[in-house]
Amino acid sequence: MRDETLEVENLHLWRGERHVLRGVHFAMTRGTCLEVTGANGSGKTSLLRTLCGLIYPEEGRVLWNGADVRADLPAFHAALAYLGHEPPLKAELTTRENLHYWIGVRRRIDAAAMDAALARVGAGPWCERLVRTLSAGQRRRAALAGLALLLVPLWVLDEPTTNLDAEGQQLVGSLIGEQLARGGMVIAAVHHHLPASVPAITRLELPS
Amino acid sequence: MSDAARGAVAASALDAARLALLRDLRLAFRKRAQLVQPLAFFALVTMLFPLAISPELARLRQIAPGVLWVAALLASLLALEFLFRDDAYDGTLEQYALSGQSLTWLIFAKTAAHWLLTGLPLALMAPLAALSLGVPAAALPGIVLAVAVGSIALSLIGSISSALTLGIKRSGALLSLLTLPLSLPVLIFGARATQLAISGGPLLPPLELLAALAVLGVTLAPLAAAAAVRISLE
Repeated sequence: MRDETLEVENLHLWRGERHVLRGVHFAMTRGTCLEVTGANGSGKTSLLRTLCGLIYPEEGRVLWNGADVRADLPAFHAALAYLGHEPPLKAELTTRENLHYWIGVRRRIDAAAMDAALARVGAGPWCERLVRTLSAGQRRRAALAGLALLLVPLWVLDEPTTNLDAEGQQLVGSLIGEQLARGGMVIAAVHHHLPASVPAITRLELPS
Repeated sequence: MSDAARGAVAASALDAARLALLRDLRLAFRKRAQLVQPLAFFALVTMLFPLAISPELARLRQIAPGVLWVAALLASLLALEFLFRDDAYDGTLEQYALSGQSLTWLIFAKTAAHWLLTGLPLALMAPLAALSLGVPAAALPGIVLAVAVGSIALSLIGSISSALTLGIKRSGALLSLLTLPLSLPVLIFGARATQLAISGGPLLPPLELLAALAVLGVTLAPLAAAAAVRISLE
């Protein structure tokens, strides 16, 4: 069995005149979690988007299993799940429909797996409601159900606990814990620390 | 592969494209106002001409090809604004780009949905508009065919402009400025095909040219639009 590794080498990113990322580097192996912190505007989201290959850095590279991800971006993307600030949900579809289309584009899912994921995040009672009628916290939970369904080795999460109540934040902690226990990796950009239940956290603070 | 990825069966490119298409169709039927807007525009514009110019059918028949095609082009433009905008706003395009699937395929599926929701209904509505402009019934099948084929090319050309203007606020004017010049060949061959359908002339040459434009669009437009979407996501 192959061990996945993620290495970030000397990442430099400029946004206009701003030098946002100044030589960021770190390495991760399976079962580990990296918590990225920093003040507003310190480049947390830019770092995550650069990692995912959505933004091209001016300097530096991201290595997945030792190979530059740019050599085969689709293969790298197939191994990662990215959850940004806004849950990628359509307001005019129900939670179940949203997951069917969003996750279905990437992998085949059966009804039992869908039901289990919805139940896992507490979405059972409202999964047939249109997303526009849901609260921000419920929408975040729906996105977490999608994350759980993707079954990929690398999770890249931007403020995963935003809009969630205390129970929801614990849910994020336990989902991350399960991902790590399966041998996956998690990178999360946060304003407030991840729940204490998350094991094997290393921290990276971006300078202002 | 880690335990985290075990058990997941990847969707094929065809499955992914089918789902992207079905999602857009379902969403369109949930937001009917967006669906009806270009069709209502097309109907209104073609009905205004008899009122503004002359109720004389012989005169209307002369201008019918131009009126039908300009109205179809502008109606198609109206719908273009929605092609990628909502998906960019809610993160769907980002998820498509990170799905591990071919973004080109997914963009092609979205453009196909756009044609099914705009171009095809316009083609089906064209006979009504043509009749109101005094076009003989014998010309209607040719007109439907010309609008159907031409609107495929219009949707594909529009997908490039729509993707290029994604990051720009209030991009409507720029979208028109980019799309209209590129659409001129479709307008010219489409109007010619309609004219020949009305006069009973040989319809095939302009139809073949329209089909060639559509094939060229199918080959190149999704690639260009996908590249533009990637740039807009940066």
